[in-house]
Amino acid sequence: MIHFDNVTKTYPNQGRPALENVSLDVEKAEFVFLVGPSGSGKSTFLRLVLKEERPTEGRIHVAGKDLARLTNWKVPHLRRRIGCVFQDFRLLPNKNVYQNIAFALEVIGKPRRFIRKVVPEVIDLVGLEGKRDRMPDELSGGEQQRVAMARAFVNRPMILLADEPTGNIDPATSIGIMKVLDRINRTGTTVVMATHDAAIVDSMRKRVIELEYGKVVRDQSRGVYGQAY
Amino acid sequence: MRAQFVLSEVWIGLRRNLTMTMALIVVVAISLSLLGTGLLFVKQVDNTRSYWQSRVQLSVYLCSSQSLENQCAKTGQVTPAEIANIRSELNSNKDVSDVTYLDQKQAWAQFQKEFAGSSTLHDVTADQIPASFEIKLKNTEADAGLVANLASGYQGVAEVVDDSSILNNFYKLLDGARNAVVIIALFLLVAAILLVANTIRLSAFNRRRETSIMRLVGASNFYVQLPFLAEGMIAGLVGWLIASGLLILVKSLWLNGLQSYFPYGVTLTTTDLVEVIIIAMITGVLICGSTSFLTLRRYLRV
Repeated sequence: MIHFDNVTKTYPNQGRPALENVSLDVEKAEFVFLVGPSGSGKSTFLRLVLKEERPTEGRIHVAGKDLARLTNWKVPHLRRRIGCVFQDFRLLPNKNVYQNIAFALEVIGKPRRFIRKVVPEVIDLVGLEGKRDRMPDELSGGEQQRVAMARAFVNRPMILLADEPTGNIDPATSIGIMKVLDRINRTGTTVVMATHDAAIVDSMRKRVIELEYGKVVRDQSRGVYGQAY
Repeated sequence: MRAQFVLSEVWIGLRRNLTMTMALIVVVAISLSLLGTGLLFVKQVDNTRSYWQSRVQLSVYLCSSQSLENQCAKTGQVTPAEIANIRSELNSNKDVSDVTYLDQKQAWAQFQKEFAGSSTLHDVTADQIPASFEIKLKNTEADAGLVANLASGYQGVAEVVDDSSILNNFYKLLDGARNAVVIIALFLLVAAILLVANTIRLSAFNRRRETSIMRLVGASNFYVQLPFLAEGMIAGLVGWLIASGLLILVKSLWLNGLQSYFPYGVTLTTTDLVEVIIIAMITGVLICGSTSFLTLRRYLRV
């Protein structure tokens, strides 16, 4: 599903590469934790998958597509197959729960009948039944993140990228978020989650890829967070 | 394509940016109406010019007994033989389309008609008014000098007057007024372009949250940019509508008043006005649309 082949990414005016000679494969329906300290290259990895950045060297394949050969106007189609969740939720403050989720479908031109059908389904999936008319500022952090996950998942992407999704959320609420991610993963969606949260990584027992100074220092199935330390 | 969705986004964008949008509309309206006025001027001047050009004439005045010109002093009043000679010379000239002879009696009658009621009439006697040939040229003023030179060399000719040279000062005045209007319009159009760019940039900044999410969920460039593009174009169209109203006012209140100073047959028709209004619309929409588009390419990259 995601294939990195000797990928190096050096940002302009920076000596050390953000990613250096990274080669890895993430299979379909896999759940992968991307761990490592700040600046280790986790976010760069996610940005490369979305083709928000181009690798300095190496090849990247996502969902069977060679990103180097993907023309600019086809990038939106790649992104429709990838859902994204962030630490800061990125909801639209002037739209309610339903409208926030529907927005993701409206802007890719889905018909309204389809939207009316799938948005309630995905609201149920993330556990926000009965809150479809709430505005984001009326929701807790955990609930806002559920809205963001619903928005990321509503178009049934093949891959879900989560960049520190529990970063702004207390541990008890984080468990609920992880359950939703696990549920999404069980539908056959590949999930890549970048995180600092050792407790979550340890409890999930999924594949762990650890980055340090832009290099893969550990790639372990059913891993834990802190083994390298 | 979800027209309703795009329209609601456009409406939100226009409302959030209300002051900028209004400034934009006003500048577009004024610049387009000035441009339109300039174009109406151009049309009026062109119509006048072609009216006169189809009538461009050389008057070849012949020596009378009272003529003071040097060549007349030598030869005295023009003889019938000389008149016949001049007539045949002029008729054989390939640039001349029509030659009319006015003898002294006819010229005097015309003079009396033109200066009827003027005190000049009392100081002039019939034998002071010279006989003349009125020449119509095939081409425009390009040939006038040539024929005039030739004609002034004939025996018995006192003076050759190019009628179109009298109009030249008038044209200069009109051309100057037109140029001033068009130059001001061009400056304002530059201002309009900068305002469009700025409005769109502000709008893109205001809605960076929406657009970043749109890009993230895979909205195509077209979809992301269309609301902004439509915003610029709608502002341009509203500005144009106001400009159209102003142009109709300009035409009916001012140019129609001015019309009384122009010769009959040289009027601006409704077709002229509609043509100018359409040109203004195309200019407005093109300027707003293309500026929005170019601005968006800078500020809304994928």
